[in-house]
Amino acid sequence: MEYVNLFIKSAFIENLALSFFLGMCTFLAVSKDVKTAWGLGWAVIIIQGITIPVNNLILNYLLKPGALAWTGSEELSHTDLMFLGLISYIGVIAAMVQILEMALDRFVPALYNALGIFLPLITVNCAILGGSLFMVERNYDFPQSVVFGFGSGFGWAVAILALAGIREKMKYSDVPAGLRGLGITFITVGLMAMAFMAFSGIQL
Amino acid sequence: MADKSKDILLEPLLKKNPIAGLVLGICSALAVTTNLQTTLTMCVAVIFVTACSNASVSFIRNFIPTNIRIIVQMTIIASLVIIVDQFLKAYAYDKSKELSVFVGLIITNCIVMGRAEGFAMSNRVWPSFLDGVGNGLGYSAVLLFVGFFRELFGNGSLFGYTLLTKTTDGGWYTANGLMLLPPSAFFLIGLFIWAVRSWDSSQVEES
Repeated sequence: MEYVNLFIKSAFIENLALSFFLGMCTFLAVSKDVKTAWGLGWAVIIIQGITIPVNNLILNYLLKPGALAWTGSEELSHTDLMFLGLISYIGVIAAMVQILEMALDRFVPALYNALGIFLPLITVNCAILGGSLFMVERNYDFPQSVVFGFGSGFGWAVAILALAGIREKMKYSDVPAGLRGLGITFITVGLMAMAFMAFSGIQL
Repeated sequence: MADKSKDILLEPLLKKNPIAGLVLGICSALAVTTNLQTTLTMCVAVIFVTACSNASVSFIRNFIPTNIRIIVQMTIIASLVIIVDQFLKAYAYDKSKELSVFVGLIITNCIVMGRAEGFAMSNRVWPSFLDGVGNGLGYSAVLLFVGFFRELFGNGSLFGYTLLTKTTDGGWYTANGLMLLPPSAFFLIGLFIWAVRSWDSSQVEES
């Protein structure tokens, strides 16, 4: 039950896009139609679900003070490598994206073609790095970080799909000139964020 | 030449503002704007990182093999961000706690990457440095604008000094709680873009 709660919390109450503003660049740039948003949403869910647990392992077995105790070396078991955190997480993310891209190309070409350009773009999506950093900050253990990864990815995907749906309809509205495009999108996202805040009333 | 340097430095402020014009770097921009002090720390950090990464990328631009340039840029940026992060942890621990993950997120801030890729790779060191500072300033301008309104109306204060005494403290001003919550930041940026585009109508998008 704890894990279900964590999933709901990370997907809705603490939605990465709408309450932490993460992944906004892609969120605004790639939400013009539902089909591409769908592809990107899937890519984010998959990468989040893989990178956060992997970064969790890196943190616990390589970086934390005392994490190198498994090597058996006296000196290493006192080493604190936390300052290498940021650079290792981003490295893992870039590597994972690359590996996933190659694996999908080889084994599931249909999905690979559907995701297309979005896979490599995900490396610089703040939602991914942000997810890993939140995992570190909140001290999630391994199973928790798996759930958190999928949950937060799912939440982000839901948010971008909803926004893409709204923007498709917005093509038919007469928006004031200066507000057209980016401006009105921001205001729409603001309204969506307000709607998502209703979830914060849920007691888990 | 002097004119050109000035243009490089000042154009990103309004004309080619990285946030309003190019949709870059919004990711970490919004969460840190609930009060001006945190906002200012973030701005300084971003200016430092963009300027230094631009300068260093430009310095070694002729030696970077094209097909691994993203990784090289990423490593430079990540190292600079680590410096900022460690510095904040050492000298301003409270601030670094408040900014939490958002210092680390400067790495994926598209402004830094975008300028390194778009400007520093094809320009000399000094103009690249100025371009970095300019874009950092343009980013800061939007952040401070948003932070100003959020702190003033959400908390009745600026930089922690009370300007409008809140009713809860016996004053007259009823704080607008919405201003401290995420949606208000979106509205403010939306309005900012509207204002900039009304002033300079060449930025208006086709429908």
